[in-house]
Amino acid sequence: MARDFSWIRPEPWGIHVVPADCWIDPSRPVDRALVTHGHSDHARGGHGETVATPETLAIMKLRYATSEGAVPVAYHETLSLRGGVSATYIPAGHVLGSAQILLEHAGERIIVTGDFKRRADPTCPPFEVTACDVLITEATFGLPVFRHPPVEHEIAKLLAALAANPERCVLVGAYALGKAQRLIAELRRAGHHDVIYLHGAMERMCRLYEELGVDLGDLRLVSDVTKADLVGRVVVAPPSTLNDRWSRRLPDPVTAMASGWMRVRQRARQRMVELPLVISDHADWDELTQTVIDVNPAETWITHGREEAMLRWCQLNQRRARALALVGYEDEDD
Amino acid sequence: MERFAALIDSLVYTRSRNAKLKLLADYLRETPDPDRGWALAALTDGLDFPAVKSSTIRNLMSERIDPVLWTLSRDYVGDSAETASLLWPTPDAPPDPPTVSEAVDALTRMTRANVMAELPRLLDRLDAEGRYALLKLATGAMRIGISSRLAKTAFAQAFDVSVEDVEEHWHGQQAPYSALFDWAAHGAAAPSSEDLPLFRPFMLAHPLEDAQLDLADYAAEWKWDGIRVQVVRVAGDTRVYSRSGDDISGTFPEIASALDLDAVLDGELLVRGIHQGGEEGGAASFNALQQRLGRKTVSKKMLAESPAFVRLYDALIVEGEDLRTLPWRDRRARLETLAARLDPQHFDLSTVIPAADFAELAAIRERARDDAIEGVMLKRRDSPYVAGRKTGLWYKWKRDPLLIDCVLMYAQRGSGKRSSFYSDYTFGCWDGDPDAGAELLPVGKAYFGFTDEELKWLDRHVRNHTVNRFGPVRETDKSLVLEVAFDSVHLSKRHKSGLAMRFPRIHRIRMDKPAHEADRIETLKAMVRD
Repeated sequence: MARDFSWIRPEPWGIHVVPADCWIDPSRPVDRALVTHGHSDHARGGHGETVATPETLAIMKLRYATSEGAVPVAYHETLSLRGGVSATYIPAGHVLGSAQILLEHAGERIIVTGDFKRRADPTCPPFEVTACDVLITEATFGLPVFRHPPVEHEIAKLLAALAANPERCVLVGAYALGKAQRLIAELRRAGHHDVIYLHGAMERMCRLYEELGVDLGDLRLVSDVTKADLVGRVVVAPPSTLNDRWSRRLPDPVTAMASGWMRVRQRARQRMVELPLVISDHADWDELTQTVIDVNPAETWITHGREEAMLRWCQLNQRRARALALVGYEDEDD
Repeated sequence: MERFAALIDSLVYTRSRNAKLKLLADYLRETPDPDRGWALAALTDGLDFPAVKSSTIRNLMSERIDPVLWTLSRDYVGDSAETASLLWPTPDAPPDPPTVSEAVDALTRMTRANVMAELPRLLDRLDAEGRYALLKLATGAMRIGISSRLAKTAFAQAFDVSVEDVEEHWHGQQAPYSALFDWAAHGAAAPSSEDLPLFRPFMLAHPLEDAQLDLADYAAEWKWDGIRVQVVRVAGDTRVYSRSGDDISGTFPEIASALDLDAVLDGELLVRGIHQGGEEGGAASFNALQQRLGRKTVSKKMLAESPAFVRLYDALIVEGEDLRTLPWRDRRARLETLAARLDPQHFDLSTVIPAADFAELAAIRERARDDAIEGVMLKRRDSPYVAGRKTGLWYKWKRDPLLIDCVLMYAQRGSGKRSSFYSDYTFGCWDGDPDAGAELLPVGKAYFGFTDEELKWLDRHVRNHTVNRFGPVRETDKSLVLEVAFDSVHLSKRHKSGLAMRFPRIHRIRMDKPAHEADRIETLKAMVRD
């Protein structure tokens, strides 16, 4: 007989761990929240207690200017919650501090992946495959057309555009937490040791990454230099600033954007992007399906994204699956 | 193929016309023969591979992916070739991209019987970008906003030759245009055009602003409301070309068969009508002509009911003698002599308006109520026949209501019984010289003025020329010229163009006019009477 796993209950505003009376990534304030990572759609402020990795807590402190109720938990450390539930945080490979949460109760194991990816990322430890009964996964890029190319390939495209336009600069739109730092770290890994210029909104998060041990090389602020200083440089800014008034201060920028959505030409055109860079911190289709195969759970639950195609894939592969349709997790900029 | 694929992608993401020109010109200059010629043909829709249809892509994919996953993917991406390029299983072997020529060669040899086996072989040698380029090339549906005019301009820029020369030598050449590249890139003699019925670029007019002209220097003619055509006969072979240089001989076979001497003639194609006697008589309104436009073949009934004829404006070449460098008055004399020798059923002469001075001309123009008359043309009596629009030589003086040629930019669905039609059109004018990188700026929006038949045609055009979707709005490829009629135009701070039209309506669809010849903002601005 199929188990019903009724001790964990998905609600539209978060996943309720019933016996422990706590919530995973809730989108409204609760007494006790277990947070997978620091992106604002998962890590909201205002909870009584927030359980997360020290890195995620540091990111939340930076964002919400308070660390009240913070309960740090290290990777692989098991935390006993009320009602006979235990929680273990396991690296998810999404951004610095990101974790999957393994919940155990009455001999059953449920993993909430949060957002994750399977590729190497110089800014955070890699995803670890962990056996479980229910895998609660995301499906942001859950369509077979999403197959992210190797990151080296995209970094090479960026550097080629920089070299081909010596009188311009390359402005890369990148999510301020995670994507921006990974992009910079990958540029460094590819041998680009020139100064990289930042939009002001990027600065504090980059400094925090460096404090937490991620070396990003020589970074400076666009606002501290003149237009002429920026010729031939890489500038990193939040996606919302592309084609906005802010970019007028740059020397004829080549507009780039680092995002998994850039795989589809129409999406890149809608963002008025000249140089789409397919770099994502989410699993692509092959990674999503491979993760289901690797973890091999009895059931797969899909929190958000393009769940229809994932459900279809599970059906074709004789795997039990359901869509949870959680609201509020949108990742238009990844 | 990699370089071609990179070019296609860059063109997709590049909005400015100048940047597109540079990308194309660089590619044409740096790519070896015959790859660049094939690429050029692919970009200008000059390639056709009968074995590869858009259904081929669907069929290929149905063997490789679950149909539900295909549909979900296709719906998300919005383009079958792109979807297939992304879904194609990554082969074990590293990419071994074919050259464009190799790909064209392989595609040419494919048959309907073996395409399902042969096309995958090519796809397996490419990465996602390469597969996209190949599938677009194979199905002949690039739709990346490259008009043949843009391609010719880029060609001229790449090899530092004049666009007019490129236009003249281009016609009659077949892909991969070896003779054209030999001429422009390698300094060989220009491809001979003497024994071919080629299109010569038209001489065009500037709108006449408030200026007054001295009729001692300028001759006045009616501006007939048909479509401008060039009838070319060389060694017995006759072609009828539209304003954009498209061969429309098949649509007007009676014209093509009526010219019985070798010549290149410029005139207005009109349809005979009875309800307009008018100043010249015999021509029906543009609506009657529209019935015959856009048809590949024409029925006997249509030939009998709407017979076409050409009202001659000019003679470029007569019996081997090139008259283009002669002054207008000399060409006019030759034209008058020539017209008398032509079949009067199919050719007549656009007469010169007998006005003593400009004031009298203005009065004549004001009284003209013939629907077949669009206004008045003023031609400098000593002007040679030169391609394009040269200041001071020819002017057009259109009649009220105010009319302007705009380019269709966006379309939106209507409401009520029009809810399934894209019936609400936003159009724009150029903010400068479109050949020098100008952009289109929206100047107005109209949702009436067309017949039901025209609405169906416009709706189909929008669906087939969509380049972008924003919710209910579709952005088109900006290839269609709409002649917009309006009551007045005013300065407005609410619009980016700085202008607001009053009561704009679609006056007619200018299928014959290339988008870069649409009017400029300054033309519209000059009509402001605030």
